Amino acid sequence: MPERRLLFKNLDEPGLRTLDVYKRRGGYRALERAIRELEPDQIIAEIEESGLRGRGGAGFSMGKKGSFLPRGDMPKYLCCNADESEPGTFKDRELMFKNPHGLIEGIVIAAIAVGAQHAFIFIRGEYWDVADVLDAAVREAYDAGLVGERILGSNHSVQLVVHRGAGAYICGEETALLDSLEGKRGNPRLKPPFPAVQGLYGGPTLINNVETLMNVPHIIRHGAEWYKRLGTEQSTGTKVVSVSGHVQRPGNYEIELGIPAREIIFGLAGGPPPGRRVKVWFPGGSSAPVLTEEELDLPYSFESMAEAGSMLGSGAIIVGDDTVSVPELALRTARFYHHESCGKCSPCREGTNWTVKMLERVVRGEATPMDLDIIASVQENIIGNCLCVLGDAMAMPVGSMVRKFRHEFEEVIERARAAHGGPLDAAPDDVPPVPLGVHA
Amino acid sequence: MSTHDRQGNETPAIDPALEQGPQTSEHGRSGPLRPTDELSAAERQALIASMSPEDAERVPELHEVEVPPELREKIEEAMSRYPQLRSASIPALWAVQRHYGWCSPEGIRQAAAVMGVSPAYLQSVASFYDLFRLTPTGRNRILVCHNISCWMRGADDVLKRFCEAAGVDPHEAEHNGGNSPDGEFFVQGFECLGACDIAPMASINEHYYGPIELDEVETVIDRLRRGEDPLPEKDIRKRTLAGGAEAPEVETNADA
Ligand SMILES: Cc1cc2nc3c(=O)[nH]c(=O)nc-3n(C[C@H](O)[C@H](O)[C@H](O)COP(=O)(O)O)c2cc1C
Ligand code: FES
Repeated sequence: MPERRLLFKNLDEPGLRTLDVYKRRGGYRALERAIRELEPDQIIAEIEESGLRGRGGAGFSMGKKGSFLPRGDMPKYLCCNADESEPGTFKDRELMFKNPHGLIEGIVIAAIAVGAQHAFIFIRGEYWDVADVLDAAVREAYDAGLVGERILGSNHSVQLVVHRGAGAYICGEETALLDSLEGKRGNPRLKPPFPAVQGLYGGPTLINNVETLMNVPHIIRHGAEWYKRLGTEQSTGTKVVSVSGHVQRPGNYEIELGIPAREIIFGLAGGPPPGRRVKVWFPGGSSAPVLTEEELDLPYSFESMAEAGSMLGSGAIIVGDDTVSVPELALRTARFYHHESCGKCSPCREGTNWTVKMLERVVRGEATPMDLDIIASVQENIIGNCLCVLGDAMAMPVGSMVRKFRHEFEEVIERARAAHGGPLDAAPDDVPPVPLGVHA
Repeated sequence: MSTHDRQGNETPAIDPALEQGPQTSEHGRSGPLRPTDELSAAERQALIASMSPEDAERVPELHEVEVPPELREKIEEAMSRYPQLRSASIPALWAVQRHYGWCSPEGIRQAAAVMGVSPAYLQSVASFYDLFRLTPTGRNRILVCHNISCWMRGADDVLKRFCEAAGVDPHEAEHNGGNSPDGEFFVQGFECLGACDIAPMASINEHYYGPIELDEVETVIDRLRRGEDPLPEKDIRKRTLAGGAEAPEVETNADA
């Protein structure tokens, strides 16, 4: 099954990132329609009717979230989440770099819909070139009266600022993003209150991912009925999928939601190198519990990934072939979350730390099978016990690897035991357990 | 910076890179400063005992600090863009880093004076984020991704090769980044940079390149030494859609 391009239409056309070419391809017509023909509430209703779900990780209905913002004249905000730091995810980069106006148009429409007068694009600091492209496009849009005061002569005003982050995965979490945007260290906040009620500077705030917002102009221009015909009942539309790891043609592919995962991994990305097999794959970024070769024929949709005990997440598929050592993959995964834990909640700060240490022991051949049970129980004690789900985002994939590939962990341990020529005792740690929080 | 930096206590006075502790006089410092997490318990206790509230640096007045005009302009421009002033903290730190090559204590003090916040505040913000460098860094900044997708495609060897070619300690590079002795290079193993489609990849002076072959690494280093584009043919900006130019599009009901 081939690609199905909607956001990717004309994406490689030279000059698409200029206002001129974007407009020639139908750009900003949705904004005109939103302003001239629709009331803000109708825009929200249309988006809700379309079934559009968040593309940033949680898959929440964008229209519903928009409807949670209170009506009224208080200062309200819109934040576009362009932090894109979930390992394996690189779709927003290509979308923004090649079609910045597509994002700007979506942001302005959404801001008008919820009555936000200030909008921000929070882009990860590493995407320096992409942020330059956005800056230039925003300037063009201001000059053309498409952003700023009294847009297209209407009563709607939206200020738009491109805000560059400075390297911290946690800032992709929506409340940490808000703290960071307020100029603080990016620590998550307690929820509730949810950002829709009390977000940036204490005001109601709509936070959506880049790809989510880029769907909005298409929905407003062609209607919810048309949009709903794409995808499945619970996962409407297309999805840009970032495929990487052991595939022959890594890259972003836009598909209709609901096609078999095999079509994406093999049909589009070319599958693993000749002679290799898929052993393990993350269906939605490194935070998603892993799936196996047997699960390749599942439809790629929010509901089917959830039924399989995983998630579609950001739509990033990472493929590992039969050369990959799952214990090492688990270690690599855990190290990332340990590095990125902000340290505010103990289960996450300590849990990621100890998981790394224990997995290092496994990989070094110094663990016992009992350690696997301890690793599993540490994961269980992280899940659901913190302010945000960063810790869960390690616990879920690592837990799934130990569960689904336990034999491989045991083999590594057994091989080490044989090499040592006798039963292994649990090796005591060389360092006494110092809680990290007071370690600094 | 340790890898646990983000988890460190927020109290700026114990931040490893805070160079204005009580042992520091206005113009110099007595003895080399070391990150606080490398101090022994006794040294740490002595340090804490030597501090008093009066040591906390107050908000510097603009007339006390000489700020390069371009830097001041950049920071003030950032301040004007946000409904609340503190939101300009990160843009201000970026401006400092781009001006001085790193977030130097003087630079932070200048930004603090322009913004009217304490240097300690900006320091505590800077220490949270991986891209802000609190120690001087080599002229060319090379971040080699070693996260999952790049690791699967040989990133560990690429990072090692970069260290050898540039003369950077691999252990330092793995953790918080290391400089070459000649000051030409800063090499750091980094988390997923959002470009796994070109794995294994690196961000070199803020531009993305990949996939990087092992035998290209020396060329990259040589070209950087000469001030040239390191790998123009593998610049991500030139990459087209993986699925090619032709692919079915979603039909729309004309121009509804
Ligand atoms: C640790 C963590 C990191 C996240 N990183 C991102 C990110 O980089 N980009 C993103 O859009 N959402 C990210 N999210 C999800 C956001 O919290 C939020 O759900 C999303 O931006 C909402 O937009 P959407 O509904 O359009 O998906 C992250 C969540 C967590 C817990
Ligand atoms: S894993 Fe290296 S760029 Fe994503």
